[in-house]
Amino acid sequence: MYNFNYHQAKSVDEASKLVTSVEEGKVMAGGMTLIPTLKQRLAKPSDVVDLGKIADLKGVKKEGNAIVIGAMTRHYDVFTSDIVKAAIPGLSGLAGHIGDPHVRNRGTIGGSIANSDPAADYPASVLALNATIITNKRKIAADDFFKGLFETALEPGELITAVSYPIPDKAHYMKFPNPASRYAIVGVFVAKTGNNVRVGVTGAGACAFRQKDMEAALSKNFSPDAIKDIKQDQNGLNSDIHASAEYRAHLVNVMARRAVQACL
Amino acid sequence: MPSVTITVNGKPETREVENRTLLVQFLREYLGLTGTHVGCDTTQCGACVIDLDGYSAKSCTMLAVQVNGSSVKTIEGLADGEKLHPMQEAFRENHGLQCGFCTPGMVMSAVHLLKVNPKPTEREIREWLEGNICRCTGYHNIVKAIAACAENQAKA
Repeated sequence: MYNFNYHQAKSVDEASKLVTSVEEGKVMAGGMTLIPTLKQRLAKPSDVVDLGKIADLKGVKKEGNAIVIGAMTRHYDVFTSDIVKAAIPGLSGLAGHIGDPHVRNRGTIGGSIANSDPAADYPASVLALNATIITNKRKIAADDFFKGLFETALEPGELITAVSYPIPDKAHYMKFPNPASRYAIVGVFVAKTGNNVRVGVTGAGACAFRQKDMEAALSKNFSPDAIKDIKQDQNGLNSDIHASAEYRAHLVNVMARRAVQACL
Repeated sequence: MPSVTITVNGKPETREVENRTLLVQFLREYLGLTGTHVGCDTTQCGACVIDLDGYSAKSCTMLAVQVNGSSVKTIEGLADGEKLHPMQEAFRENHGLQCGFCTPGMVMSAVHLLKVNPKPTEREIREWLEGNICRCTGYHNIVKAIAACAENQAKA
C-alpha cells in the first residue's frame, strides 16, 4: 500500500471540504472495499478522509412511509434493526448476507452505494425500492444515481448522508453469491407497491439496472410464471472467470423468479 | 508519524505508526502478538479476526489510525493465565484444528458468534463461518467444538 495523509472528519461539511481541497482525496466509510483496493495498489489517493467518527451518520429511523438509514450504518445494524425487519424484511435479509459477519460489522450502506461496485448488493435494493439518496447537497432519485462501473451521480465533495426507502407492500432479494467472496454474481431485488412492481438487478451489468420487461409482466401478474419466458439480454453483461454473460443472463431470470416466489 | 493508542488485551499500547499501517501489522509487528494471522490479506480468510470494541472484525482490513482509542482483544487475551477460554478448550476437546493456521481467527469468530447468538443451530454456525476459511478440517470438528462450547455455556 502506498502511504497517504489521513484525516478523521468530525462532520460531513469538514469531510466534504477536506476531500476537495487536497490533491487526490478519497472518502472512506467502512473501508471494506477501499482498504483492499489500496493494498492492491489499484488506487493511490494523496489523502484519505475517514467518516468513521461522524456519529450523526449512523442509525435507522421511520419517517412517515419511509425507512431512513444513515450512510454510516453498518450492514449488521441494518440486518438486526427491528424497524427494518418490520417494514422491509427483504432489505434486512439483504444486509444479513453481505460478505461475512466480520465484514458486516464494518461495511456501511453509504459506502456500498457510493462505490457502485457492479457486484454490490445494496444498489439492487435502491433501484427496486425506488429509494432516494440524500447527500450533503441534494436528493437524488434512484433512477438517476447509478451511472456505470464504479460511477454514480455524486459530484466531487458530495457525500451520501442517508438513504430513504419507501416502504413497499412486499419485497425480496435473491442472490447467487460467489462462494468465496459472497459478492453477488447476480442478485435480483423485487419490490411490489400496489400494482407497481420494480425489479433491480445487480452483479450482472456494469452497474445495477432495472429489468423493465419483468416489471411490466409482474405488474399485471405477480407470479414467477409471469416472467419465466422473459429472457435477459446478455449484450453488455459482465463476463469473467466467475460467470459468462450468457450464464449471468440466465441467472437474472432464475433469481427474479425466486425473489417473486419469496414475496408470495 | 502519527501516534496511536490502542488498548490491546486490556493494556493501553502507544506507538508511532504510518497512516498505512494496518491493525494486524500493529498487533504482529509492533506488539509482537503473532497469534493474529495474515492468511489471504484480501478480507476473505478470517485468520486475522479480532475483537474490536466488542464486535468481531478483520484486522487486515483496517488501519491502526482508524481505530485509535479503541479496545482490541486478540487470541492472546482470551485465556485466563494457564486456564484456557472455554472456546479454546472446546476446540482442543473436539480436535477442531489440524495445522492451526486458521484457529486464532476461528476461535475469535466463534466467541463473537456465541455473544450475539448463544444457542446457534448447526446451520447458523456454518453460515457464521463463511468469513473464516479452513483448509484442513473440512469444518466438521470446528462446528462440533462451537456447538459443544455453546452447550457447556447453556449448562453453566
